[in-house]
Amino acid sequence: MKKHEDTITPEVIKKHGITEEEYEKILGFLNRVPTLTELGIFSVMWSEHCSYKHSRAVLKLFPTEGPGILVKAGEENAGVIDIGEGWAISFKVESHNHPSAIEPFQGAATGIGGIIRDIFTMGARPIALMDPLRFGDVNSPKVQSLLKGVVSGIAHYGNCIGIPTVGGETYFDDAYEGNPLVNVFCLGILRHEKLARGAATGVGNSVVYVGAATGRDGIHGATFASEELDDNSIEDRSAVQVGDPFLEKLLLEACLELLHGHSVVGIQDMGAAGLTCSTCETASRGGSGIEIDISKVPMRETGMNAYETMLSESQERMLMIVENDQMEKVNSIFEKWDLHAVEIGKVNNSGIMTVKNGSQVVAEIPVKALTDEAPAYHSSPCKPVYIEKAQNLSDCEIPEQYDLGDIILRLLGNPNIACKRWVWEQYDHMVMTNTVVLPGSDAAVIRLKETNKLIAMSSDGNGRYCYLDPYEGGKIAVAESARNIVCSGAKPLAVTDCMNFGNPTKNDVAWQFRKCVEGMSEACECFSTPVTGGNVSFYNENPWGAIDPTPIVGMVGLIEKEEHVRKQWFPDGKGKIILVGPLGDEIGGSLYLKEIHGLKRGLPPRMNLKTEKGVQDFVLKIIKKGDVLSAHDVSDGGLAIALAESCINIHQDTITGIDAKIPVCLSGREDFALFGETQSRIILSAVSEKADDVIEQAAKGGVQARIIGDYGVDSFCLKVGSKSIKIELPEIKQAYLNTLEELLKRNE
Amino acid sequence: MKYGVIVFPGSNCDHDCFWVTGNVIKQDVKFIWHKEKNVNDVDCIILPGGFSYGDYLRTGAIARFSPVMESVIKHAEKGKLVLGICNGFQILTECGLLPGTLMRNRDLRFICKDVYLSVENNSTRFTNCAQEGQILSIPIAHGEGNYYANAQELTKLKENNQIIFRYCDREGKINSYSNPNGSLENIAGIVNKNGNVLGMMPHPERCCENMMSSMDGIVIFDSIINSLN
Repeated sequence: MKKHEDTITPEVIKKHGITEEEYEKILGFLNRVPTLTELGIFSVMWSEHCSYKHSRAVLKLFPTEGPGILVKAGEENAGVIDIGEGWAISFKVESHNHPSAIEPFQGAATGIGGIIRDIFTMGARPIALMDPLRFGDVNSPKVQSLLKGVVSGIAHYGNCIGIPTVGGETYFDDAYEGNPLVNVFCLGILRHEKLARGAATGVGNSVVYVGAATGRDGIHGATFASEELDDNSIEDRSAVQVGDPFLEKLLLEACLELLHGHSVVGIQDMGAAGLTCSTCETASRGGSGIEIDISKVPMRETGMNAYETMLSESQERMLMIVENDQMEKVNSIFEKWDLHAVEIGKVNNSGIMTVKNGSQVVAEIPVKALTDEAPAYHSSPCKPVYIEKAQNLSDCEIPEQYDLGDIILRLLGNPNIACKRWVWEQYDHMVMTNTVVLPGSDAAVIRLKETNKLIAMSSDGNGRYCYLDPYEGGKIAVAESARNIVCSGAKPLAVTDCMNFGNPTKNDVAWQFRKCVEGMSEACECFSTPVTGGNVSFYNENPWGAIDPTPIVGMVGLIEKEEHVRKQWFPDGKGKIILVGPLGDEIGGSLYLKEIHGLKRGLPPRMNLKTEKGVQDFVLKIIKKGDVLSAHDVSDGGLAIALAESCINIHQDTITGIDAKIPVCLSGREDFALFGETQSRIILSAVSEKADDVIEQAAKGGVQARIIGDYGVDSFCLKVGSKSIKIELPEIKQAYLNTLEELLKRNE
Repeated sequence: MKYGVIVFPGSNCDHDCFWVTGNVIKQDVKFIWHKEKNVNDVDCIILPGGFSYGDYLRTGAIARFSPVMESVIKHAEKGKLVLGICNGFQILTECGLLPGTLMRNRDLRFICKDVYLSVENNSTRFTNCAQEGQILSIPIAHGEGNYYANAQELTKLKENNQIIFRYCDREGKINSYSNPNGSLENIAGIVNKNGNVLGMMPHPERCCENMMSSMDGIVIFDSIINSLN
């Protein structure tokens, strides 16, 4: 028989993505040559996806402390924060970029499955999903097929399991060609006392496997997510898992029912790196050891060896640590839901993860070697050369456009601005009957039937800004998310983030990453919104380059009562339009430059956090006072687009006109005033009698605000400098509502 | 009165129906697990929306074999009320309590949005609180809601005034533009010949409160209470 030492050749080690230094480290931990199973275990646990080896050091910059934090970032599967009256929420954003690039439907579907498990393992009932997406050029048939696959995958899983998808974003930019981003966010609610932990404690307690049987699907998914994609990646299709939302629904109900008793000591989902990750992480958190026998693991295929069993990423599986004498109770609940719970091992105090196949030991590894002592790398960030060239743009390079009305219509119909109902109408966004603000407004709002409070949530992240200036881009991602939350009437509470970047071993990517984190951290401090968890997705890169650095911020906020809820749309009737925040004409990095002039250049808008905080605090105050009727933040497309978006109430299927005047700033350019993306601006509406009072209150608080016109008229009229624009309302509606659908239908 | 909400594995609007009947219109309500066989103590059974048995095989095709369904059929045969919403409607056609079938949507995509319904018959036990021709705004959320019945079945449906709701636009126009899923003659909801079993694709339980986009769903629950008094 071949000795296992002979199978561990340098090629095999390399194939597992393990460097020579890392292999030396493994030999140090084991004092012997690893078995192939052990090598596989190290390979997945030390992959970027599981170990965060290139990001751990930088992520420490994020503020993670706060008064309401019940579970901090990194402690468990997801963070948990207090919302008062004994209730808490748990939320997190994850990525499923690589699987979705190869098999969009299942890749996206299993992404939803994974994030939902992360939330219910905390003992929380998942009640809302969001899906921030990024794709290449929407005109490309390949991108359209990816988009359709991803959206139907999310719909398939989310709709079936019965959790509403209430928000998200869909952006298109060449930078994501071949590397789409599929991020998934889930939020759940729980009572403080029902909080569940993922720790294996109590010597002699049972290690219980529940859920789907194990197959060969998804072997090495975690390693796969830690590599660049190339033309051969399509052959990696077997690394993509297949999801079954029905089974997960049963698992969710059974686990929550069980967690509401007191027999479960610890619970962890089998996500990336499956059985391996769940056993060693629970043991690591519990400061204990674990011994499992894989011959007891329910299998859906025959002839699976130890290596395959430990590395399988079959979906809809959970690992539970159950008190020794409670197996009967566990079995009765799982049987009710037509599921099986199998005891596959015991907790011990050895500090070692022991894997047996019957009586034969196939792996024996110190738990800490796989978790806390996994390699961590300090990168050497270096400012990329492209930055200065890209930032440098003089006004005269931007041709002056005379038909500004035409540009407004073109931008409204641009897939990055146009209404995304083609996407969210495929998601059940109403199930659970909590969705108070439906998709399409600045932030989604759900009520909590258990209390009178409501939760607002928003996801944001501008890759264009981060490409041109990752530090400002990072700040803006957080600030814009907070602004969206405030516009809905909520106080920002906390942040989860998904950091999507290229290959971190490249110094310019390392620099982009570090700068983004620095900017985000500063903004999180400013808004007192700690980071409660999230995910890093590196290697979003193909032979043609890396994606734009894209940190996705998922922010949640708390609304004290229903009367505070605001939407972005002007109400029925007539009244005044108020612009809170500075005038400005920062055109660099704008969507206008990119989509109208084909320029992804210039210095993106500056983020003055003090101004931003002042604007947000003021707007939240007057919303709560009841003085304003709607609130919409100014972002992509600038003031002109924000005003147009406020006119079209997509859910009521109504449109109102405006008559407004926008001053021209220093540049003297009308187009800059209309489409510049100067930050810290919010459009409000108020009845005429209240408007002056709002301005007065703003002045008292040292916040800039001015009445810029009226809403409730028959057409869309803007005066900017010496120019007048008039657009008929049906044209606005047609451009905004129908463009994306027509574009996608053309190729069906 | 007392409602009973059936819970199949994969039901996901069961809690919404429970909430509306219990907390909003404040009636007695209980969950009925799909393995139970006795449903005698309830006045109206709701088969809620969702993906019973994961829509395996075909929507509603497996749920009809659930142990509880025998009792549901008996309950209906006694003339007592059964309301099937969305997946519940699909199950009712599968088990033969209602004619026709629900196919995949015309555009082959799941659709979730508010739609308008025209009340075609307001003399039923489910619509007696509605005005004749009233237009209701009620959301749909389904991938398989494209109603089909053969010519004979359709004739009978019409003869007996069994077509209760049709999809229409805000003004009440019933045409292909106001048809979200390709349903035959815009049919959104039908009753059985006896008028005690209603199947409808739209979700009335999603629009019974001020905070939701409409409150028109209340009409159906009010009508049910009214018909029992």
